[in-house]
Amino acid sequence: MESFKGKAAICGLGITPMGRIYGHDSVWFAARAMRLALDDAGLTKDDIDGVLINSGITGELGLGLMMQLGFRNLRLYNEMNGAGSTASQMIQYAAMAVVHGMANHVICVFADAPLRENKSAGASYARGRGPRGMGTFETHYGLFGVNARYALAARRHMALYGTTQDQLGAIAVAERQWATMNPLAQMRDPMTLEDYHRSRWIIEPLHLLDCSLVSNGGVAVIVTTAERACSLKQPPVYIWGMGQGHPGNPNRAGADAEVSTGARIARDTAFRMAGISNEDLDFVELYDCYTYTVLVTLEDYGFCKKGEGGPFVADGKLGPGGSLPANTGGGQLSGYYMWGMTPVSEAVVQIRGQGGERQVPKHDLCLTTGNGGILNFHGCLVLGREAS
Amino acid sequence: MTTELISRPVPTPDEASAPYFEGARQGRLLLMRCGECGTLRFPARPLCEACWSDEVEWVPASGRGIIYTYGIMHQVYHPAFASLVPYAIVVVELEEGPRMISNLVGVANDQILVGMPVEVVFEEVGEGVYVPYFRPRAG
Repeated sequence: MESFKGKAAICGLGITPMGRIYGHDSVWFAARAMRLALDDAGLTKDDIDGVLINSGITGELGLGLMMQLGFRNLRLYNEMNGAGSTASQMIQYAAMAVVHGMANHVICVFADAPLRENKSAGASYARGRGPRGMGTFETHYGLFGVNARYALAARRHMALYGTTQDQLGAIAVAERQWATMNPLAQMRDPMTLEDYHRSRWIIEPLHLLDCSLVSNGGVAVIVTTAERACSLKQPPVYIWGMGQGHPGNPNRAGADAEVSTGARIARDTAFRMAGISNEDLDFVELYDCYTYTVLVTLEDYGFCKKGEGGPFVADGKLGPGGSLPANTGGGQLSGYYMWGMTPVSEAVVQIRGQGGERQVPKHDLCLTTGNGGILNFHGCLVLGREAS
Repeated sequence: MTTELISRPVPTPDEASAPYFEGARQGRLLLMRCGECGTLRFPARPLCEACWSDEVEWVPASGRGIIYTYGIMHQVYHPAFASLVPYAIVVVELEEGPRMISNLVGVANDQILVGMPVEVVFEEVGEGVYVPYFRPRAG
């Protein structure tokens, strides 16, 4: 089969202001993000013949967007859902579509606006589900929300491999170091490991500073062929490889969904397509709903052995000046929480060399990942500054 | 059990889970077993994920297991838990294989260990509604 590597590229990126920005719904943020992406690429709305949509927790974006924002004569259109892996997936399907001639310019958009004035981030993000039957036992046992699920996963890793709170904290600290240099980041005050330990417990072993932010905002990315991207305003960001992994681990003895994710499967596909190995990557942008997600993702991509993620991150190699720059805009822990668009957007900025104060010195090749559910769904992209 | 526990949300059965609630009332922890391929499943679901059969029977578990993982909740998401934080949520891996969420009785939070042997104990938390918790057992 002919190689897919370098055939498609990201040619436009739009990032709205992020965080506690009130008075607008997700459609407003989506429109803003898409206008910014069009301006960035030097395209107009009429050039867009494909739209892929991913709504956040509010569910405000849907198939009505075409009418709401006046898209005409689309050749590709869908609302996609792979939870936190959706952003990677949208770009994958967009890339295949443009390479095979189904569309010329596909815009992929994510927007969300769950934050409400005078409400905490946690309260804004909570959505009542009203379980019946077996689900009602979980509320009786006091199991509420996603934080608890990830805490259970992190504890399992700690028990099996001796992973420590300091090691999880090192991830939060490294990301904050990057965020201090990102004007779009929501949390830009310096933070130490002591600050991390002093932050309140949400559910042990997760402190507040182990958990992602909640953000109002939107991100849009335009995908086209490598050929077309070369004639547009921005340096193309070439798609070298892409993969997904959805292990479907049953919740029973013998399956360890908590410490082994679909990243392993996605890596095989994407790295083979890109013809690369881990050493070829200059930096990584990893989905970080929690510190622990970064740690387990690094292991499953083979940057270190299973169980050695803790010592691997503890020396600060993920931070500025480190040997494996990671989540260089502050990620979702300190930057902004746009699900899988957070890693993708920062990868595009860095590969183009537009990172300003936080620009990584070598930015030829990057891995971006998306993770959804409780480590259930995974998508990734290998992005390059050159076509091959 | 304490009054705090009674004020927690009381589990309510639906059609699919009714046998589980009835088993608990009789002091038995029931699992679903596929009527075709024998795969055990928990919680109750209409189809076997292994063979997609909808034939099912409920079978009693031994009630013994180990703590697979746990977390200590500090955040209050529901008023009934305000006086209970910090409290432990555990995942118990049953001898038969399936894992279930539960709480522990008779263990301080700082004494909980992954791998600790536990056994089921039922408490009435609402009229006729019994809930399985776990307590330490000799390994």
